[in-house]
Amino acid sequence: MGDLERSQRVTNISWLAKRNSVSKIRTAMRKAPWVSVVILIVFLVCGLFGTFIMPHDPLKTNFTETLNPPFWQEGGSLRYFLGTDYMGRDILSRLIQGAGISMQVGFIVITLAGILGTVVALLSGYLGGWVDTILMRITDTFLSMPYLMIAIALAAVLGPSKNNIILILVILGWAGYARVLRGEVLRVKEGDFVRLAIVAGCSKTRIMLRHIFPNIVNTLVVLATLQLGIVIIMESSLSFLGLGVPPPEPAWGSMCADGRLHIFNAWWICFWPGLVILLVVLSANLLGDWLRVRLDPKFRQL
Amino acid sequence: MLRYILKRFIQAAICLLGISIIIFMLSHLSGDPALLMSPPEATPEDIDQLRMTLGLNEPFHIQYWVFISNAVQGDFGESIRWGKPCLEVWLSRFPNTLLLGGVAMLFTIIVGLPTGMISAVKLGSWFDNFGKTFALMGQSLPVFWVGLMLILFFSVVLGWLPTSGMGSWRHLLMPAFTLGWYFTASLARLSRSAMLDVLDSEYIKMARIKGVPESLVIAKHALRNALVPIVTLAALNLITLINGTVITETVFNWPGIGRLIVDSIFARDYPLVQTCVLIASALFIFTNLFVDILYAYIDPRIRYQ
Repeated sequence: MGDLERSQRVTNISWLAKRNSVSKIRTAMRKAPWVSVVILIVFLVCGLFGTFIMPHDPLKTNFTETLNPPFWQEGGSLRYFLGTDYMGRDILSRLIQGAGISMQVGFIVITLAGILGTVVALLSGYLGGWVDTILMRITDTFLSMPYLMIAIALAAVLGPSKNNIILILVILGWAGYARVLRGEVLRVKEGDFVRLAIVAGCSKTRIMLRHIFPNIVNTLVVLATLQLGIVIIMESSLSFLGLGVPPPEPAWGSMCADGRLHIFNAWWICFWPGLVILLVVLSANLLGDWLRVRLDPKFRQL
Repeated sequence: MLRYILKRFIQAAICLLGISIIIFMLSHLSGDPALLMSPPEATPEDIDQLRMTLGLNEPFHIQYWVFISNAVQGDFGESIRWGKPCLEVWLSRFPNTLLLGGVAMLFTIIVGLPTGMISAVKLGSWFDNFGKTFALMGQSLPVFWVGLMLILFFSVVLGWLPTSGMGSWRHLLMPAFTLGWYFTASLARLSRSAMLDVLDSEYIKMARIKGVPESLVIAKHALRNALVPIVTLAALNLITLINGTVITETVFNWPGIGRLIVDSIFARDYPLVQTCVLIASALFIFTNLFVDILYAYIDPRIRYQ
């Protein structure tokens, strides 16, 4: 076999591989949960630019327009698209404002809890020994707490506010990341590239951050996406119990709690916020599942 | 085996110790119990006196030691709101939660397990798609909203079921469904993946090759082996059931532990909150311990890890 022929074959193969990967990406894109992505983008836009979109002031009460039904029902008007609540506040505007709250809490919590969990996982998985034992015992303790009950107790002690909710959900959320990511670190640190880095004289910090961390980012992203839904549900549950974001700020959970008292004559007050929570959490879960299949071959069977 | 049991026991004890410290710290961050417990006309000397009798002037670790050694003996202190020992209040409410949880669990097993199993056997069929959707919805629906929508449909629109309270079996249906909902969905997902794992194994292929009828392969060879991971994972998910009681009981005004906690928080009755959370954590940890040991007993591979 001549050199030319060999090089041709090599180019052929690399061309094939390239075409293969392009078509793979195409198939993957076709299977991507686009509806979820769109819903999440709408949610983000509402959160970021809510004040410019909302048709009314979400906090302004109007006692001549209380308990207006959505526009298609008798007595409803297009002015108040999804109806008004018992104080005459526009539900659509409140939902948009609520998106901002849920988004802030959601993204800040998954970021902070993710960072904390990753640091614990890196230290615990890479250093091993007594560091591992202590950190993992602490993680196990946090994982085996009935977290909603602890969250309620914490919220009661700290007082209901947005910052406290974020703090509570970070305290209770990091352990999940630490547990899963530690397993990944243990797997990655056996790789030859880590041994080479040790031989080359890299410091432990450098190995953890430059050599191991990039290899666990995929799992981190998947976990964070799946966690977004859980955080939003937790925040709305606490708000529903009256321990979350305090009124008059329109958190989705507290809107549902308001609607509970008027369920006999105004179904729309508790219906819409719950539906919005469902859509956002469902989208986050679908996106997370899809990412998991794309990024983590281990889970393809599930 | 004995070594494994001992190891797990120590782990569980450490977990429980950690949780009790966290809970104890929480109740101390919440303000001065002596101020809460004394009547409004009490003089500062009276409050000081109460502080002395409650042992609040002692250092933190001594207070914790007194608290934990009393708790181990079943003395959790007195509820501020009820004026009775916390344990007594807890015991009066616990049967209600147990009833609700039991019915929810029954519903879960009757619906969740077969859904997951059939999904796995009929992989890719319409039933599998239905099962997957069901599991996804279970993860994504907030518990309180499920409860509210049930009330809206069955009580407000149809007028069939009572909205809240406890009494006949008709009061039980909606809360039990709400509480069981999340758990059912997660069980369906777990049993589907456990069954898929088992169906992929060599001994199932062997059974099929040697001509065992498909129904027998599923019922005997696959089902029994799939049950082991399902039981363990289900026990781990028990925590969602314990968490769910708080929300469900609040939505339906069910007089159980979950509502007791929420009510106590708004009444600033911290000894009672502390008791309820501590007992819930202990129950959860010991269930896990029991299941782990059972699992190790059934599956020897676990013991030697």
